[in-house]
Amino acid sequence: MSSRNLAAATSTEALTTELPVGRSTGWWGMVMFVTTEATLFACLLGSYFYLRFQHGGEWPPGGIAQPKLLRPLVMTAVLLPSSLPMIWADRGIRRGSRRRLRYGLVATILLGTTFLVLQATEYAELFHEFTLTTNAYGSLFFVITGFHGLHVLIGLTMLSWLLAAALRGGSFGAHRHDRVRNAAIYWHFVDAVWAAILFTIYLSPRL
Amino acid sequence: MSTTTAPSPGAGQEDLARLEAHWGERASLRSWFSTVDHKRIGRRYLVTASLFFVLAGTSALAMRTQLARPESNLLSPEEYNQLFTMHGTAMIFLFATPMLFGFGNYLVPLMIGSRDMAFPKLNAFGYWVFLFAGLFMWASLPFGAAPNGGWFAYVPLTDDRNTPGLHMDVYTLGLLFLGIATTAGSINFIVTALKLRAPGMSLNRVPLFVWAIVATAFMVIFALPALNLDNAMLFLDRRFGTHFFDPEAAGNVLLWQHLFWIFGHPDVYIIVMPALGIVSAVLPAFTRRGVVGYVLIVLAIVSIAIISFGVWVHHMFATGLPHLSYSFFSAASTIITIPSGIQIFAWLATMMLGRLVVRVPLLFLVGFIVTFVLGGLTGAMFALTAFDQQVTDSYFVVAHFHYVLIGGAVFPILAAIYYWLPKMTGRMYHEGLGKWAFWLFFTGMQVAFFPMHLSGLFGMPRRVYTYRDEPGWDVWNMVSTIGAYILAVGLLLVLIGVVHAIRRGRPAPPDPWCGDTLEWSTESPPRPYNFPVLPQVHSLHPTWDQPSRSSMAEDATPDRILADGRRTLFTSELDGRRERVVEMPEASLQPLLLALAMLVFFTAMLFAWYPFAVAAAVAVAVIIAWWLWPPRRPEEELGVAR
Amino acid sequence: MDRAHDLEHPGRRRPSRRVGPALVVAAVLTLAGCSGGSPSTLDPGGTGAARIADLWWVLFWISAAVFAEVMVLLVWALVFRRGRDTRVRHGQPLRFVAIAGAGVPLVILVVVYALGLRDLAALGAGPGRDAPTIEVTGHKWWWEVRVPGIDGATANELHIPVGERVRVRLRTADVLHSFWVPQLMPKTDLIAGEMRETWLHAERAGTYRGQCAEYCGTQHAHMALQVIAEPRSQFEAWLARLAAPARQPTTEAERRGQQAFVQGSCAGCHAIRGTGADARVGPDLSDVGSRWSIGAGAVPNDAGHLGGWIVNPQTVKPGSYMPPQPVDAQRLPDLIAYLRSLE
Ligand code: HEA
Ligand code: HEA
Ligand code: HEC
Ligand code: CUA
Ligand SMILES: [Cu+2]
Repeated sequence: MSSRNLAAATSTEALTTELPVGRSTGWWGMVMFVTTEATLFACLLGSYFYLRFQHGGEWPPGGIAQPKLLRPLVMTAVLLPSSLPMIWADRGIRRGSRRRLRYGLVATILLGTTFLVLQATEYAELFHEFTLTTNAYGSLFFVITGFHGLHVLIGLTMLSWLLAAALRGGSFGAHRHDRVRNAAIYWHFVDAVWAAILFTIYLSPRL
Repeated sequence: MSTTTAPSPGAGQEDLARLEAHWGERASLRSWFSTVDHKRIGRRYLVTASLFFVLAGTSALAMRTQLARPESNLLSPEEYNQLFTMHGTAMIFLFATPMLFGFGNYLVPLMIGSRDMAFPKLNAFGYWVFLFAGLFMWASLPFGAAPNGGWFAYVPLTDDRNTPGLHMDVYTLGLLFLGIATTAGSINFIVTALKLRAPGMSLNRVPLFVWAIVATAFMVIFALPALNLDNAMLFLDRRFGTHFFDPEAAGNVLLWQHLFWIFGHPDVYIIVMPALGIVSAVLPAFTRRGVVGYVLIVLAIVSIAIISFGVWVHHMFATGLPHLSYSFFSAASTIITIPSGIQIFAWLATMMLGRLVVRVPLLFLVGFIVTFVLGGLTGAMFALTAFDQQVTDSYFVVAHFHYVLIGGAVFPILAAIYYWLPKMTGRMYHEGLGKWAFWLFFTGMQVAFFPMHLSGLFGMPRRVYTYRDEPGWDVWNMVSTIGAYILAVGLLLVLIGVVHAIRRGRPAPPDPWCGDTLEWSTESPPRPYNFPVLPQVHSLHPTWDQPSRSSMAEDATPDRILADGRRTLFTSELDGRRERVVEMPEASLQPLLLALAMLVFFTAMLFAWYPFAVAAAVAVAVIIAWWLWPPRRPEEELGVAR
Repeated sequence: MDRAHDLEHPGRRRPSRRVGPALVVAAVLTLAGCSGGSPSTLDPGGTGAARIADLWWVLFWISAAVFAEVMVLLVWALVFRRGRDTRVRHGQPLRFVAIAGAGVPLVILVVVYALGLRDLAALGAGPGRDAPTIEVTGHKWWWEVRVPGIDGATANELHIPVGERVRVRLRTADVLHSFWVPQLMPKTDLIAGEMRETWLHAERAGTYRGQCAEYCGTQHAHMALQVIAEPRSQFEAWLARLAAPARQPTTEAERRGQQAFVQGSCAGCHAIRGTGADARVGPDLSDVGSRWSIGAGAVPNDAGHLGGWIVNPQTVKPGSYMPPQPVDAQRLPDLIAYLRSLE
């Protein structure tokens, strides 16, 4: 950073720029991004119900068994609470606590990774019964859960990136936490979507 | 480029020099690739979209030449089918939307009194992605591998069994790639309009064009995911053996149509809305008054944006869905004409109560009203299911959508080109040449597309590469073709007019039209920082009101000059109260690199080089991580507690 | 406004050209004068299309009136509101905008919507339970026509009794197509994996041209069919012909042609009733001699075109699913003679 920029960045205006005076553009940008992503998931789940009701008859079709509930419930129990350490971390850095940021991120990443591992074991098991190419149900099942898994992975990448930046020092503090908040919004979104998927994929066939 | 002096600078020479130092870009190869200036990016959008327009238009001329006579052999069916698909796809996705986004990019920051878009780097990135996605799609044509399933690509025709080869992979991947640019651009517009408006520009003082762009951007946010999902599923079906659209394995072919039109119908308003915004922006200057019924027009814009999500089934009126659903969608499609009617009559009232200054931009607006109303009226006819079942997929529909698309988008775009050319280039266009262009274009348009109503009613289906000589078809097709050529000559004159203006035009003053919005209070062309003094807005027509004007001159205050750094102002979302000063990012190569990495990704997917695709995906992640990596700051600035 | 700007050189005043109204008049004239002979929706042959034609004329006149209104206002402004006095004006005639732009259209639209619903219901009413039924299957790029309960089939041509409603069941063997006989009935799409139904009704005897209206690939342009409306007795004769074996060869050449057909590649794809050839890849050829065209509207049905078709359909209808046939030059005339004899 040139000295000119440094001077600009440390002027009084700059010091106050991330004090809570209205929403930042970053916040709005992330909210809009999450909105369009949420619409994408809504279309995906809508497609699931459309195909199911157009198909009529038994569901899942083609002799595929009803999805088992235990593992997905455990996965839910892992993923949904993972938002808590994230909130704790986010609140922490807003008060300037780098320690809370670091520990919160680590906890969230651990929970998220556990979720992905559980999902992998589920896939390994299900592949014996049906796959992406078995029929439209198989396609829906793996594309919906896989697409969500991809989002978890992206979220984890974001969190790890935050953690790396947080460990370096000089990145975040009470006046500079936009990135933390934005990543948190994304993570909460990934969480919330899982609840909708749990309902659609695992619970709704039993209704 | 001309360098006329600023109207009356409220900023001193020293401030201007500092602004220039912070915002100016030295002409160099690197700065050409790294620029984040919304005006340069906006101009690039316009030029690139025009290039795609010429390609798509030339394809149309080839089609029209083939159709001039029955049973002609100029084009093979394979060629024709690729041409009409590329024509439609490119006109919709690579010309209309990006062209209007180009105007948005150029104008929104100027109209709201800001120095750039909210995310300048994202803006640059969006442009590169648009360019690459467009080239990605057009590159397939010389190899005979262009998309050939029609612009709405119905399955099962487009699945791997019925269309092997790369054709539809180019389509799905190309549109997914392009979707990234459109989404990024939309988010940028929304945030810009929410946060970067000049102080005092409360919601009721936002120019109609900006309202239109923001409504459009919201529609993109909610509509585009449906198209992306559709294309992703088709790609998976084709490449990886999924069965979303396969009725033999519990899939359903109508799912494609629903998702496509859930996007597709809002999309036609995504195209027309900013263009209607252009109409509202251009009209005041040539009627010497503000547009009548500002509030009504805003309400119309918002209600079109909402209702447009509830009419998609009117594109599926012949698929045999239950009558109850048809009655619903028919009613919704009928209702959606009302907001358009309100706008048309608001403009008519504006003209009747104003003083008309008949210059080329106004002529194109007149052409717009004539043409768009005719197209809208046939649209209202289609809203009746029974009538639509008779004319759908015939040339009558082709007539409808060219009337609304050319009437509703191309006429306003041409008006905009003439209107803002002085602002963008600092040069005036040649009036006589412009009038010739208008009359040729207008006449050509009517001669080319009016007869299609007739051939459609006489039973001619669309998307046929040739036809047997049926009474009433041959004559009207010949007339259409002649009209298409007249129209092309008109467009050629537009092109000549633009080149002539840039080369030979007389220098343009900052405000040749005496317009009402803020862009006319900057120089022509605007300096890189747009406004030496950010305005304080006092009315809906800031350039027409004295307090707003003098806020940039004698009443300038240092807190709106902000010359120490690349800075602009954040204001509150609703009432435009000043919130804080922010630092804007500098030129960077990251946007280009990120877009290139994505180009590699999509190309690798196209040719099934999956290891490359994975590598490119990793590169994408790395570049984003680098882009967003937080700068290292001193502890006291961060505010760290121990 | 007092600053110098370009607006102070307004153009000369001259009367505007009235392009819009002229176009409308032109349209009326052409529509009235020019619809005879083509498969025009405005020259209906039966109740389905007739309803829509009536609806069209209502819509047309309403649209003409709305368009005329807009043109009058526009031209009035262009003629009477030009001026060099370029001061900025204000004033908000919201009432005018609300009434002309929303109030009047709303009234019109409610009426029109009701008419539309009425016609939709009429089209949906369908034929009676024991109306004759015909099954049409869309193929890339021809129509297979069958009658339930009858073994035989024909292609690109179907017969209906005049004055009766006939049920048509629509399926597709591959991609989407759309069944459209403009003079008789609006379109119904053929949806993969599903069955659709429509009906046909002709008031006057005659042939009505139909064509596939959903883009279905390379040869969507050549996927036409003909509906022949004829008196009940002739319709029954057609049903009988469908059930009966094809005409037997009578001359030596025809006999050789039949042999070439049955023993050659043809029988691998085509059926001719009573010859043992019963493949279903291509159209049933049992009555090919009397068809109105070869290749679903690609070329007229005569000896020359038939020969050309058999040797290489790809030059006649590029992309068609019938490959060029290696028929040797001496056999070809026999084959043609035989196929032309099948009526
Ligand atoms: C810019 C693009 C644009 C716009 C603005 C519109 C506007 C409208 N469109 Fe159009 N439409 C397309 C682009 C557009 N359309 C395209 C591209 C297709 C075809 C896609 C394809 O198949 O390839 C299509 C197809 C299409 C169909 C399907 C046809 C079919 O395939 O069978 C229908 C059916 O309802 C329809 C309806 C309408 C309606 C009701 C409007 C209304 O919004 C029009 C409103 C405007 C007016 C009515 C004029 C002004 C109003 C007045 C002067 C007031 C008085 C009016 C009355 C009393 C009626 N459109
Ligand atoms: C914004 C949208 C847009 C625009 C502007 C146009 C513009 C034109 N369209 Fe397009 N059209 C569509 C959108 C559009 N179209 C869509 C969505 C479809 C449906 C596709 C599908 O079914 O899938 C379609 C389909 C379509 C068809 C039907 C094809 C079929 O069903 O078989 C035809 C046929 O005539 C046609 C013709 C034309 C012509 C002659 C123009 C002209 O206006 C073009 C004029 C432009 C130029 C000629 C280029 C610029 C010219 C110059 C710079 C001058 C110098 C150059 C030369 C002289 C060569 N179009
Ligand atoms: C590989 C399959 C195949 C073979 C072999 C084949 N045909 Fe065909 N044939 C078709 C198909 C498919 C069509 C429909 C083409 C179309 O209209 O697009 C057709 C159409 C025809 C038609 C036109 C029918 C109509 O009503 O339009 C004739 C006549 C015909 N074939 C004769 C023959 C003869 C004679 C032979 C042998 C020498 C033959 N075909 C061999 C598949 C085949
Ligand atoms: Cu079959 Cu078009
Ligand atoms: Cu629509």
